[in-house]
Amino acid sequence: MDIDLPFIWAGIIAFAVLVYVVLDGFDLGVGMLFAVEPEEENRSLMMNSVAPVWDGNETWLVLGGGGLFAVFPLAYATVLPALYVPIIAMLLALVFRGVAFEYRWRTRRWKAVWDMAFFGGSLVAALMQGIALGALVQGIEVEGRAYAGGWWDWLTPFSVLTGAAVAIGYALLGATWLVMKTEGGMHDRMRARAKLLGIATLALIGLVSLWTPFQEPLYFERWFAWPTAIFSFAVPALVAALAWALFAGLAGGRDRAPFLASLGLFGLCFAGIGISFYPFIVPPYLTIAETAAPESSLWFTLVGFLVLMPLILAYTAYAYYVFRGKLNPDEGYH
Amino acid sequence: MSYGLTAEILARAQFAFTISFHIIFPAFSIGLASFLAVLNGAYLASGDRSYLNLFDYWKKIFAIGFGMGVVSGIVMSYQIGTNWSVYADKTGPVLGPLMAYEVLSAFFLEAGFLGIMLFGRKKVGPGLHMFATAMVALGTLASATWILSVNSWMQTPAGYGINEAGQFVPEDWWAIIFNPSFPYRLVHMVLAAYLTTAFVVGGVGAWHLLKGRATPAVRTMFSMAMWMAALVTPIQIVAGDLHGLNTLEHQPVKIMAMEGHFESHPEGAPLILFGLPNEAEKRIDYALQIPKLGSLILKHDLNAPMPGLDTVPEADQPPVAIVFWSFRIMVGLGFAMLGIGLWSLVQRFRGRLYEDSWLHRGALLMGPTGFVAVLAGWITTEVGRQPFTVYGLLRTSESLAPIAAPAVGASFTAFVVVYFFVFGAGTFYILRLMHRPPAIDEPDIVDGPIRTAGVAPGPAMEHAPGETGTRER
Ligand code: HDD
Ligand code: HEM
Ligand code: HEM
Repeated sequence: MDIDLPFIWAGIIAFAVLVYVVLDGFDLGVGMLFAVEPEEENRSLMMNSVAPVWDGNETWLVLGGGGLFAVFPLAYATVLPALYVPIIAMLLALVFRGVAFEYRWRTRRWKAVWDMAFFGGSLVAALMQGIALGALVQGIEVEGRAYAGGWWDWLTPFSVLTGAAVAIGYALLGATWLVMKTEGGMHDRMRARAKLLGIATLALIGLVSLWTPFQEPLYFERWFAWPTAIFSFAVPALVAALAWALFAGLAGGRDRAPFLASLGLFGLCFAGIGISFYPFIVPPYLTIAETAAPESSLWFTLVGFLVLMPLILAYTAYAYYVFRGKLNPDEGYH
Repeated sequence: MSYGLTAEILARAQFAFTISFHIIFPAFSIGLASFLAVLNGAYLASGDRSYLNLFDYWKKIFAIGFGMGVVSGIVMSYQIGTNWSVYADKTGPVLGPLMAYEVLSAFFLEAGFLGIMLFGRKKVGPGLHMFATAMVALGTLASATWILSVNSWMQTPAGYGINEAGQFVPEDWWAIIFNPSFPYRLVHMVLAAYLTTAFVVGGVGAWHLLKGRATPAVRTMFSMAMWMAALVTPIQIVAGDLHGLNTLEHQPVKIMAMEGHFESHPEGAPLILFGLPNEAEKRIDYALQIPKLGSLILKHDLNAPMPGLDTVPEADQPPVAIVFWSFRIMVGLGFAMLGIGLWSLVQRFRGRLYEDSWLHRGALLMGPTGFVAVLAGWITTEVGRQPFTVYGLLRTSESLAPIAAPAVGASFTAFVVVYFFVFGAGTFYILRLMHRPPAIDEPDIVDGPIRTAGVAPGPAMEHAPGETGTRER
């Protein structure tokens, strides 16, 4: 039996990145929404809605990076130098944001500073992730086994657009998450915001989708040549269905549907990128097969993944279950 | 922005800076996570609420330190790719899987149970809460195990081949993971983490004893810490000695630098206690040395010949002065810790453990020394490995990412500014928490089910006895 290990691993890495994007996406989104919730108690509530789970969410980012290092070392070694500036900026932003979870409660005078760090860190991290994505879609200059482009190659109108799209999309995830987790005034405000953010996200998805095929002849062919052109109809149709679910959920006062629909939107966009890329991992130079580590590394890591991932999913789900339901703003104050 | 510095020097400085910050936090969290698990277990087993008070007290400190460990760790895992991409490409097939196992078996475990440990006691009940606390402790130990295997492989590579693209490829996973220096490094580092934590806890206990707050919780923490100091320090010294013998076998050049042996000693080498390494002249100035003792310690024979750095090509020598000094700082602190441990034993048996204020002053002074020893130890290890990243096989200068010096210079500057600001603030908050004594019996709200509680700095902070003046600077 022939098992295409590199292909399986590409799927696993894609899975890790997708899980990261949707999980950390909503908690980065909650951070960005600090901007429109100046009230102290509201901010406390928002932060509490993600405090027990944010570290787990961010671990998926480490799995994405660490996994790439393990199974596609050449991709790791070419993409990261190419995205040097946005990656370093993202890491620094995550430092500010991560520590804010604890620091904020340890001071009164500087609370505003750490609130700002939480907001700014979330915003910059989201923007940089989107920019990095756009830069990767644009293509990365590779010669031999190394990045061969310049230090500002990543910065183009297209990558700025994807940066904005990801940031706005994360804010949508955050708003719909809070619709699910809160009641009363916060719930109503977030519902209104989710509507606006939903419209903005859809518009940006549209723009990015129209622009992407023109980034690389390869993508153009993928989306406009038979039989892959089927996707060109299917994906927009599914996006429309999810958009309907999102707005109907918001209008109908349902609490979970909008969040799930937003997650679905991210999933679809992600699938769209996958369709464009395959079989490349660093377009347009390196394919999945070319960058893969030797069989032995792939097997060894796969065994660990298959044994441990079900456990990870189980206790992660359990942690979410423990902290399920609406937040009680008074909890703990008696 | 690069001031004439090369990209290599800047990248090395950046790596050294960021990882030195990182290791400070894990060294503390590894020890503290285990300490918290013990405290929680002791509370459940005995019902003695002073253990619970201690748990709640150290839990808040742990949360801050752990947060700093996580954010500085994420930086590490990406920096290998951004700044050391050639190294990443070459070692990825061997080291990447070990790091992936670290993520899968350790980081997820810690992160998954952290929320329950910090905010979930009321939500899940004591049994599951204890389980979560134990899982967090286990996760920190698993993390140390994998990452030390990675680091040890770079020091003493084994079980690999080299393919046509120049990559290291795995041949024997067992040999890779259990490479020759790994068991020694793991034991020495985990003990170091426990000692570091013990001295911090002991220092905080001593501080409150000196302030006349000999509550049951304060006595308990001081006593526990002093037991660790008395029992673990001797083990650590033995482990360190064995580690050194292992290094002599596999990285003799590093030992030459640590010992300051510029010259070969065919008739038995001296033990140089102090002196000023003079790298230009290749000798130790003003050396204070004991003849033949070096050979006795390292070879268990007074007259065993010891080759020196004069037998090693210039291009393969590590910097001597840094390694020489950092090693002495670590060993000196190790013996100082032993001193505190023994002193505490004497006073304990005389029944004066909580009364001897000079012991308390000593313990307070020694509070932060674990961190210094850990950093000094790592600097010895890592600088002594130079000029290689994979010992003897891959040079540091050949590991570098193709990044222009100004880009590295700018990111290095940014890391320095951000780390000092952010981690400085975190250290300040930790010190402020330590400044307050553990509650006599913390009211329930402090351990409420969700963050708002532990956090609600309100009541817990406000009514801490006698501390009103010191808060909120
Ligand atoms: C509390 C911390 C602490 C203390 C008290 C000591 N060490 Fe240590 N030492 C470490 C913490 C540490 C460390 C940070 O954990 C290192 C760095 C890398 C490693 O494996 O352990 C280390 C490295 C290290 C090395 C370098 C090994 C190598 O790079 O190959 C040697 C030879 C020793 N130690 C020996 C000792 C001796 C003889 C000590 C007796 C006093 C001692 N250490 C006390
Ligand atoms: C956490 C404790 C550690 C500390 C404090 C530490 C410290 C240092 C220092 C000071 C250097 C610079 C040496 C020099 O340039 O002269 C260095 C280099 C390096 N270390 Fe470590 N190290 C630690 C652990 C690790 C681990 C676990 C790894 C494994 C991935 C690692 C990988 C490297 C690499 C790749 C370099 C290359 C840069 C260079 O050699 O200059 N280090 N480290
Ligand atoms: C180049 C070397 C290193 C890399 C790439 C690295 C990577 C990381 C990452 C990504 C995290 C965050 C995990 C999370 O999201 O929860 C982390 C945390 C941690 N690391 Fe490191 N690490 C390195 C060196 C070390 C060393 C030398 C040790 C211990 C001996 C260590 C022990 C830990 C522990 C226990 C944590 C949990 C957080 C904490 O305890 O503060 N790491 N590390």
